[in-house]
Amino acid sequence: MTWLRLAFANLSLSPLTTAVNVLLMALGTASIVLLVLAGVQTAQTMSRNAEGIDLVVGAPGSPVQLVLSAVYHADVPTGNIDFAEVQRYAEDRRVDSAIPVSLGDSYRGFRIVGTEQSYLDLYQAEVAQGRVWDASMEAVVGAAAAEATGLAVGSTFAGAHGLGEGGHEHDTSRYRVVGVLAPTGSVLDRLVVTSLESVWDLHDEDTHHEEHADEHDHDEAHGQEHDHEDEVHDHEDAAHEHDDADHGHEDDEHDHADDENEHANDHEHAEEHAEDEHAHSTDHADDEHGAAHHADDDGREEEHDEHEHHGDTGESAHDGHMHDGEDEGSSAAVDQQVTALLLTYRMPLAAMTLPREINADGSFLAAAPALEITRVLQLVGLGISALSAFAWVLVAVAALSIFAALYGSLRSRRGELAMLRCLGATRGELWLYLVAEGLIMSALGVTLGFVVGHVMMEMIGAWLASSRGVALTGWIWLPAETLLLVGLFVVGLLSAVIPAIQAYRTDVARTLAEA
Amino acid sequence: MPAVKATDLRFSYGARAVVDIENLTLDRGQSLAVIGPSGCGKTTFMHLLAGLLQPDAGRIDVLGSDITTLQGTTLDRFRGQSMGMVFQRLFLMPALSVRQNIALAQQLARKPADSARIDALLANLDITDLAEQKPRTLSQGQAQRVAIARALVHQPALVLADEPTSALDDDHAVQALALLRGAAQEVGAALVVVTHDQRVRGQLDREFEMAVLS
Repeated sequence: MTWLRLAFANLSLSPLTTAVNVLLMALGTASIVLLVLAGVQTAQTMSRNAEGIDLVVGAPGSPVQLVLSAVYHADVPTGNIDFAEVQRYAEDRRVDSAIPVSLGDSYRGFRIVGTEQSYLDLYQAEVAQGRVWDASMEAVVGAAAAEATGLAVGSTFAGAHGLGEGGHEHDTSRYRVVGVLAPTGSVLDRLVVTSLESVWDLHDEDTHHEEHADEHDHDEAHGQEHDHEDEVHDHEDAAHEHDDADHGHEDDEHDHADDENEHANDHEHAEEHAEDEHAHSTDHADDEHGAAHHADDDGREEEHDEHEHHGDTGESAHDGHMHDGEDEGSSAAVDQQVTALLLTYRMPLAAMTLPREINADGSFLAAAPALEITRVLQLVGLGISALSAFAWVLVAVAALSIFAALYGSLRSRRGELAMLRCLGATRGELWLYLVAEGLIMSALGVTLGFVVGHVMMEMIGAWLASSRGVALTGWIWLPAETLLLVGLFVVGLLSAVIPAIQAYRTDVARTLAEA
Repeated sequence: MPAVKATDLRFSYGARAVVDIENLTLDRGQSLAVIGPSGCGKTTFMHLLAGLLQPDAGRIDVLGSDITTLQGTTLDRFRGQSMGMVFQRLFLMPALSVRQNIALAQQLARKPADSARIDALLANLDITDLAEQKPRTLSQGQAQRVAIARALVHQPALVLADEPTSALDDDHAVQALALLRGAAQEVGAALVVVTHDQRVRGQLDREFEMAVLS
């Protein structure tokens, strides 16, 4: 206790040096703490969000994009897939459960997910108010989404086209909120969840609405009929137009903007060439889904494939029209689509065989969240490692600064140390005295660093929660931090050891004789 | 039992003999001036008495214990409990107040905290009003009184002073010596003053002349 008090008293003699050393150590520590908290929590959050999902099956494209969009709702989907066709995997004996998800719309930036009720079970979600949907156009709202939007049981809202804010609203039908979910600490908190039928019905109605509008326009403008050769030609042209437009798309908002432009171009083109109403109908159907489907710049070829797929769908619809003489056939076929199927294996062997089979088929893309997220985290980890290295450099600089301060003071303190020996201090006590000084500076810096790191994490977490839906907090203590604390303690100790050894070796007689 | 007894004490730096004393005894309450020119080995002799140097030969008994046989922590503790020291440079701890500096010596001597004893010393040395001040605010004379108080607070058997008056003018030198002697006598300690200062002559009970050895 004597030495600790003496060390404190001695440090107070040079407050500026002490403060600089403490701040340097605090800066390095805070940086490391922040990176540890962010890195570990991000990994934990990503793992938690993917719990219970062994495989995601979606449209061909980037597997990372598929997982990010279908599981984490953090990217645009790779495209849509035919629900009936993909169901064969849901019925595979190696699959325990399969949950379809359909994306494409949002409400004030919060994604609307068309799915089955079992989707809520993935996140052990509980209904805080109201109930789960049991009819089309009924929705439940995640806790964070409800708080941010003010949606409550009984509220109605119109979903907006696209996954970002600012899309045009599906004003023909409104969702009705029947439940608000309790917080889960997962991505579900920021979602609006409804039935698949809601999404299909909504797009069906929209397609009808737009078809009627087109019909009306064209009747007025042209008042003439067109043959089927023109229809097919037009449909192919439209598909090509989408391809061209899509190549430049970077994100969802751009998708939508470009999509609308393309939409307008379709009209112009149609007017110029006097296309018939069926061609327009197919154009719109493609257009609508294209907004949700546009891949980012992962690859032109993938997008081309994707739109070829749409083209096929369109042609099928068109065929349906030819035989039935009704437009509903095309709409229904287009709308019976989903964005992805979330699979859980029944047996471990499935992990070895099922993804390979699906990918070999070529119609769909299978991606394992665990694998893809490991890839993402490895990439993110590179950045975190680089930042961590920089933070450790800061800690090393702080340790060197403490070392320099202690070592530099030794020369002027030799007589003082010799006098302490004359007063009865042992060599070990002098060692302790110097180590105590180093450790006090380190401990103050590390403590301050931990406090600052946690407070900053909390502030960043609050910002991320409101803007990105990522649940990070500073009010936790991770096991890794205990190790970090021990590590920093060792660094602080090392910074003081050499000066302390010098103090230990003080030649009292010579020092006093030279004084 | 004498406070200190040196017998057949010899010490050399390499081939150069520095200390060669056959017999020197000092009882508690007595004071001794060790006088000699620079380089005659006075300080070395004092360091031998304090156990800071190991003699080549001979023994030094302090309160009956041969300190030449003590080592490490035992020697450090013995020195802290049995001896008090004053140097020309005072080496007060700058971060501590006058009172804390004196109390530190008490703690390092493993004696129980005795603030009454500190107060008495402060009063005796006429520095009571400086008790809470830091050493940097003190004059040389005031600081020397603090150093004397620090050397005596744990009531040692032997007080060693190395050139305590060399930086002082005549008046202050005589005053400092008187203070040191009076305070040592008060606690019954033997006082050894090592100096080349001729003003010390006649001020203490005994004198021991050292010469540069050939």
